[in-house]
Amino acid sequence: MARHFRAGAAGLAVLGLTLTACSGAKVGDDSAGGSGSSGKCGTFNLAINPWVGYEANAAVLAYVAEHDLGCKVEQKNLKEEIAWQGFGTGEVDAVVENWGHDDLKKKYITQQKTAVEAGTTGNKGLIGWYVPPWLAKAHPDILDWKNLDKYASKFKTSESGGKGQLLDGDPSYVTNDEALVKNLKLDFKVVYAGSETALIQAYRNAEKNKEWVIGYFYEPQWFLSEVPLKKVSLPAYKTGCDADAEKVACDYPVYNLDKIVSAKFAKSGSPAYDLVKKFNWTNDDQNTVAKYIAVDKMAPEAAAKKWVEANRGKVDAWIK
Amino acid sequence: MMTVAMEKPEKTGTVEPAPARRVRTVNRAVVVAAILVLWLVLFAVLRGKQTLSLAAADLTDLHRWFNDVNDSIGADRNSNPLFLYFFNEIRLVIDTLVTFVQELISQPSTDRPVPQIGWLGVVGIVGYVSWAVGNWRVALLAVAGFTFLGLQGLWQESMDTLALTLSAVFVALLFALPLGVWAGLSERFHRIVTPFLDFMQTMPTFVYLAPLTLFFLIGPASATIATAIYAAPPAIRITAHAIRSVPRTTVEAADSMGATRRQTLLKVLLPMSKRTVVMGVNQTIMAALAMVTIAALIDAPGLGKTVVQALQSLDVGTAFNAGLAIVVMAIVLDRVTTAASARAETARGSDSPFLKWRRQLLAAGAVVTVVLAYLSHTYVWAAEFPGDGGIGSSIAKTTADVTTWAQDNLSGLTNAFRDALTNGLLNPFQTVLTDSPWWLVGAALVALGTVLGGWRAGVTTAVCVGLLVGTGVWSDGMTTLASTAVATVLVMLLGVVLGVWMGRSALVDRLLRPTLDAAQVMPPFVYLVPFLALFGATRFTAIVAAVVYAAPVAIKIIADGVRAVPETTVEAATSTGCNTWQIITKVQLPMSRGALTLATNQGLIYVLSMVVVGGLVGAGALGYDVVAGFSQGQLYGKGLAAGLAIVLLGVMFDRITQAAARRAGA
Repeated sequence: MARHFRAGAAGLAVLGLTLTACSGAKVGDDSAGGSGSSGKCGTFNLAINPWVGYEANAAVLAYVAEHDLGCKVEQKNLKEEIAWQGFGTGEVDAVVENWGHDDLKKKYITQQKTAVEAGTTGNKGLIGWYVPPWLAKAHPDILDWKNLDKYASKFKTSESGGKGQLLDGDPSYVTNDEALVKNLKLDFKVVYAGSETALIQAYRNAEKNKEWVIGYFYEPQWFLSEVPLKKVSLPAYKTGCDADAEKVACDYPVYNLDKIVSAKFAKSGSPAYDLVKKFNWTNDDQNTVAKYIAVDKMAPEAAAKKWVEANRGKVDAWIK
Repeated sequence: MMTVAMEKPEKTGTVEPAPARRVRTVNRAVVVAAILVLWLVLFAVLRGKQTLSLAAADLTDLHRWFNDVNDSIGADRNSNPLFLYFFNEIRLVIDTLVTFVQELISQPSTDRPVPQIGWLGVVGIVGYVSWAVGNWRVALLAVAGFTFLGLQGLWQESMDTLALTLSAVFVALLFALPLGVWAGLSERFHRIVTPFLDFMQTMPTFVYLAPLTLFFLIGPASATIATAIYAAPPAIRITAHAIRSVPRTTVEAADSMGATRRQTLLKVLLPMSKRTVVMGVNQTIMAALAMVTIAALIDAPGLGKTVVQALQSLDVGTAFNAGLAIVVMAIVLDRVTTAASARAETARGSDSPFLKWRRQLLAAGAVVTVVLAYLSHTYVWAAEFPGDGGIGSSIAKTTADVTTWAQDNLSGLTNAFRDALTNGLLNPFQTVLTDSPWWLVGAALVALGTVLGGWRAGVTTAVCVGLLVGTGVWSDGMTTLASTAVATVLVMLLGVVLGVWMGRSALVDRLLRPTLDAAQVMPPFVYLVPFLALFGATRFTAIVAAVVYAAPVAIKIIADGVRAVPETTVEAATSTGCNTWQIITKVQLPMSRGALTLATNQGLIYVLSMVVVGGLVGAGALGYDVVAGFSQGQLYGKGLAAGLAIVLLGVMFDRITQAAARRAGA
């Protein structure tokens, strides 16, 4: 039996060797041109924070850096806090959609001096309380915070302890909701869904089954192209009204989303830095790319390619 | 983990029926009831006083101090010699290791567009190794499993995960095996190391993920170390257990023949405990795979990243496809190591005629494997997995359709069930825990611990209660405790029903077991999205998630316990005219009491390990605190404190149930 087997093995080996002799492209044959574009740019470490809007920014930047500037782009999937931490250790060059985060700016830009600002992205960020569209249509007056208490009992859930439920999402998001509920004396309780996934699923169900849901949300966000949530107006924002976190009783400001880069990267003279600094587009642009990724389920790179090819003029302005 | 009955084996006591102690058991039940009644009476009087509640954004001094420590470490990382000469060196070594394995099987290296060994070579090597260490059946399974990964369109991601898992397991075992042997030889060291192991297993990974990236930077090193920390304890425990369970007489015989300690260890203890040690390796691999999605949060490449990214756009189909790949890999690795452990057992002393040919067969197999590896190194068709992963997209699509259907058609039903359970059981229980004064809950816990587990357990409980108060998150801790207890009750209900069924029928066992394995390694978030649709972002969803993860362990342990009841006893009961129900309730369950207690213990620990995942789907409390601490700098300290609180709850329950188990068994 062993002899048989040995013969079989030898046969297989011979077969294998003959196969190699007559078939197939060899590794390295056709891909010589693939990596030929490594020019003066070098490696560009781009943080990817975990929401689709950010991913849209990053995908387009990575695509342009790779194809127009010949950079080698390392994309790193990180939460904000860890991405900022990476500025100091040299692991991260750029964060390309930052929501305020004055605490992080103070720590890394002012104190540790490992990061610097690199201008706005052109996107306007809105944060606030949103209701599903069916609710806004059925009870238009709900879009004014003064009427919220009237409906509080409708928003009751098993989690809200007899009050109305205000659903909050991912803990890394900027939020004053507990203080707002307290200071506006609303009969609501903030319930922490704990993740964006949970929050979106809640809104999706609410719209489909006509359920009462009010919660924290933000735009630009891809989900709004699936379910156009309506924003509830809170007392208008005035500069400084959110200075004391405990006493906030006004709406969130409009955030001019910006870009942060590591201090080292800013001084490196890399063309990728100039690209990041000049990068600027509108909410509609971002929503388009985010929709390609989240709704049409395109790979980020394919989504970026599609947008870049359709918007060559805008891209050229960034790399001039 | 898959064969978790192995994990804390020292807890299974021998079981014997003890009619003589019935009186004492009844007494104990009365005392427990008395404690509970007293608690409820005092609760009615003192409700809402001294509850130590803390709002979501509020911090205590301890939390601020943790923040400061964390910040100061970050601030001087570039000048501190500890960093320059210690952590950086470790990072370098581990980075080199991981990069080496990655370039071998998953990532292109500098002068090659593809890894050194392509899919054909990897499949060949996996099949060959499985056959060599196990048997041809698992080899077939391994080849089929790994080919399936390619057909799913996830070859490279799978190989990244495999590379990271292998590196982490290697690093973990490098420390775990020697430490395990030491703990097996020295009672004192065993006692010292056990609390550390408890700590490593119950401390939520989220708590040390961010600091790890400070110490070891973002990248493979941090991911490997995080995984290794979580995966090492089972190997240490099981190795220690293996060494200890070598019969004393054998060791004495070796001693009397004049063997030195070294000889006893190398010639007697290690060979005799080989089988169990391999099971420890198995548990380490499973634990490492359970970390795949969490490691993706600090940029570990592989399947975890696919899952995390798909879920950002709630793409359950894609996430499920990647989750399935993790399950397939886990089942392959589990079956191969289990077969290897069985071979370690049978290889000793057997000499079947087949064994004579084995050497030649192995050599022939090695030649074939080398040829395959060479082909995959040289030719594109053998290097890159052919096809476009069509099977993967149809899996994704089917999953998406099924989830949509379930969400559309079942949500009325599920909401009613959720509300009934939340209002009927969870809310009252939680209110008693959170609205009682802290000292009342503490006293009740200590009293219960003492009655159930003896004075030692009582002291441990008292220490844990004291420390819990110290963490400053007492109120959140009680909320989590309530959900944990409810989840554990559900786990035990499922465990008893399915465990008995599995224990009584080999067919059911064979059908259910793969499902249970899948439930344990499928990344929770994959099934949580449909659950969120069905139950909303609530504590109940978190409880369901915990039950899905923890019930398999309990089911398996109880099934083993029921199966271990001697056949003759069951036959005797049958011949006296007992019906099936009587056999189960009067014979099989009472006689597997040790297994039931172990199942409660493990069920609880597993439920606790899901607290953080619960925080991501609406459970709030400790789980949310931990996640928030990971996400926001100023909440870091609070997250750490919440992590400590989870560890304390775990230790408290573990010690009480273990002591109770010893009493039940003794």
